[in-house]
Amino acid sequence: MFRAMNGVWGAPIAWVGRSALGTAGGFGQFGRFMARVGRSVADTRTWSAVVVVQMARIGVSSLPIALFIAAFTGIVLALQASYTFTGAVPLYFVGVLVGKTMLLELGPVLIGLALAGRVGANIAAELGTMRVTEQIDALETLAYDPLAYLVVPRIIAGVVMFPLVVAFADATGVVAGWITAINLLDLSTPEFVRGLRLFFLPFDVTYSMIKAGSFGLAVTAIGSFYGFTTRGGAEAVGRSTTQAVVVSSMLILVLDAFWAVTLL
Amino acid sequence: MSILLEGISKAFGSKVVLDRIDLEVREGETVAVIGGSGVGKSVLLKTIVGLLEPDAGRVVVDDQVVTELSREHLYELRRRVGYVFQFAALFDSMTVKDNLAMGLRRIAGMDAEERAHRTEEALRLVEMEGYEGQLPGQLSGGQRKRVGLARAVATRPKYLLYDEPTTGLDPVTTSVIDRLILKMDEELGVTSVVVTHDMTSAYRVADRIAMLYDGRIRFTGTPAEIQAADDPIVRGFVEGRPELMQESTA
Ligand SMILES: Nc1ncnc2c1ncn2[C@@H]1O[C@H](COP(=O)(O)OP(=O)(O)O)[C@@H](O)[C@H]1O
Ligand SMILES: [Mg+2]
Repeated sequence: MFRAMNGVWGAPIAWVGRSALGTAGGFGQFGRFMARVGRSVADTRTWSAVVVVQMARIGVSSLPIALFIAAFTGIVLALQASYTFTGAVPLYFVGVLVGKTMLLELGPVLIGLALAGRVGANIAAELGTMRVTEQIDALETLAYDPLAYLVVPRIIAGVVMFPLVVAFADATGVVAGWITAINLLDLSTPEFVRGLRLFFLPFDVTYSMIKAGSFGLAVTAIGSFYGFTTRGGAEAVGRSTTQAVVVSSMLILVLDAFWAVTLL
Repeated sequence: MSILLEGISKAFGSKVVLDRIDLEVREGETVAVIGGSGVGKSVLLKTIVGLLEPDAGRVVVDDQVVTELSREHLYELRRRVGYVFQFAALFDSMTVKDNLAMGLRRIAGMDAEERAHRTEEALRLVEMEGYEGQLPGQLSGGQRKRVGLARAVATRPKYLLYDEPTTGLDPVTTSVIDRLILKMDEELGVTSVVVTHDMTSAYRVADRIAMLYDGRIRFTGTPAEIQAADDPIVRGFVEGRPELMQESTA
C-alpha cells in the first residue's frame, strides 16, 4: 500500500523537491552574479563609453511598442469605465479611472511585460551568442572586464530608460482615454480633466516611475544573467532567451505586488 | 619570462579533463600542444590566461602566479598576452578596424593616430589590408582567423597563445598562418603556445611538441624526437594510425 503510494506520489514530490532546490540554487547563482556586477560598476571608464549607445538602443526599440500598447489601453480603460459606472457614478469618474489605472498599474506593468519580451530577450540572445562564440572570453583576453563592458551599461540603460518610456506611455494612455471620452462618451474636456485631478497625487507619478525603474532593473539583469551564463551552442542560446523572458515576466509581477504592499 | 604550468588539474563535474599537467615554455620558445579533439587542449590554454581556473596547481606567466593574481593584476598581465581563438571570436557587431582597436584602447597613453597606425600594421602583417571597414560576417573563415590573429598581435604582446590556428583551413592558408606564427616568433621574439591537431603545422612552427592524452602529458620533445618515439599512443597519433593506439589500451 505504502509502496504503491510512493510509486504514485514519489515522482511529483521528487519533482517539487528538485524544482525547489533548482530555484534556490538559481537564486544563489543570480545573487553571486549581481554581486560581481556591483563590483564592476566601479570600472566607470569601461562602461561609461558604451552606456549611451545602450540607452539609445533600449529607447528606440521600446518606444513604438510602448506607445502602441498605451494608446489602446487608454481607449479601453475609458470605454470600460463608462460601461461600469452606468449612471450610478458620475461620468467624470472616467477620468479618475483612466489616470489612476494607467499610472499605478497598467502603464508600468504592461510596458514592463512587453519589454521583458523585447529588451530582455534581446539581451539574453546577444550575450548568449557572445558567450558561445567565445567573444566574452575574447574581451577578457583584451583586458576588458566583460561585466563592466557588457552588463553594467545594459542594466544602467534599463533603469534609466524604462521610467522614461513608461512616462511617455502613461501620458499617451491618458491622452488616448481623453480623446475617447470626448468623442465616444458624453464627456467634455473640463469634466474629464476634473476627474483626472480629483484623486490625483504627485506620488502616483513617483510610484509609476519607481515601478518602471525596478522593472528595468529586473528585465536587464535577468536577461544579462541568462545570456552571460549560457553554456553550449545555438540551442543553449535559445533556451537562455526563453528563460530570460519567463523569469523576468514573473519577477515583474512579483515586484508589482511587492511595491503595492510596501508603498501604498 | 616564460610560461610554467605545475600540477594543473581540471574537472567538469565528474569528468576529469586535466590531471596534474606539468609544462614549461621557455622564453622565446614555441611549444605545440597536440592531441585528439576533446582531450582538453583549449581548457589547458584557457588556464594560462585565467579564463578558466584550475582545480589544483599553479600557473606562472611572466614571473607572475596567474592563479593567485587579483583582477586588476590579471588584466595587467593579459595586456602582455595575445590569444588567438579557434573560431576567431571576432566581435560581430564591430568592423575589422574596431575589433583591432579594442585591445589598443586598453593601452594607456595611446592616441587615435598611433592606434590607426598599429591597426594598419597588424592588418598588413596578416595580409588583410583593405578590409578595415568590413564586418566579420562578410569574411570567410580563413580571413576571420587572420583578423583574429591581427587583433591578438596588434598590442605587441610578449606571449601568444593560439587555439587551433589552422584547423579547417585549406593547405595554402594553413601555410600562410604557419609562416605568420614563425614570423611573430622571429621578428618579435614572442613566447608561444600553439594548440593544434595538425602535425604538419606542429612540425613547421614548434621548437618542442607536447602531446596531451587522457588528461596527462604523454610526451614532450622536439619534432625529431617525437617522430622517433616508440610509444604506440604517440606514434598512432603522429602517424595518423589509430590501430596503434587501440592495441596498447587493449
Ligand atoms: N566550460 C566547460 N564546461 C563543461 N565542460 C567543458 C567546458 N569546457 C570544456 N569542457 C569539456 O572539457 C573537454 C575538453 O574540451 P576542450 O579543451 O575544448 O577540448 P579540445 O582538446 O578539443 O580543445 C571536453 O569534453 C569538453 O566538453
Ligand atoms: Mg579546442
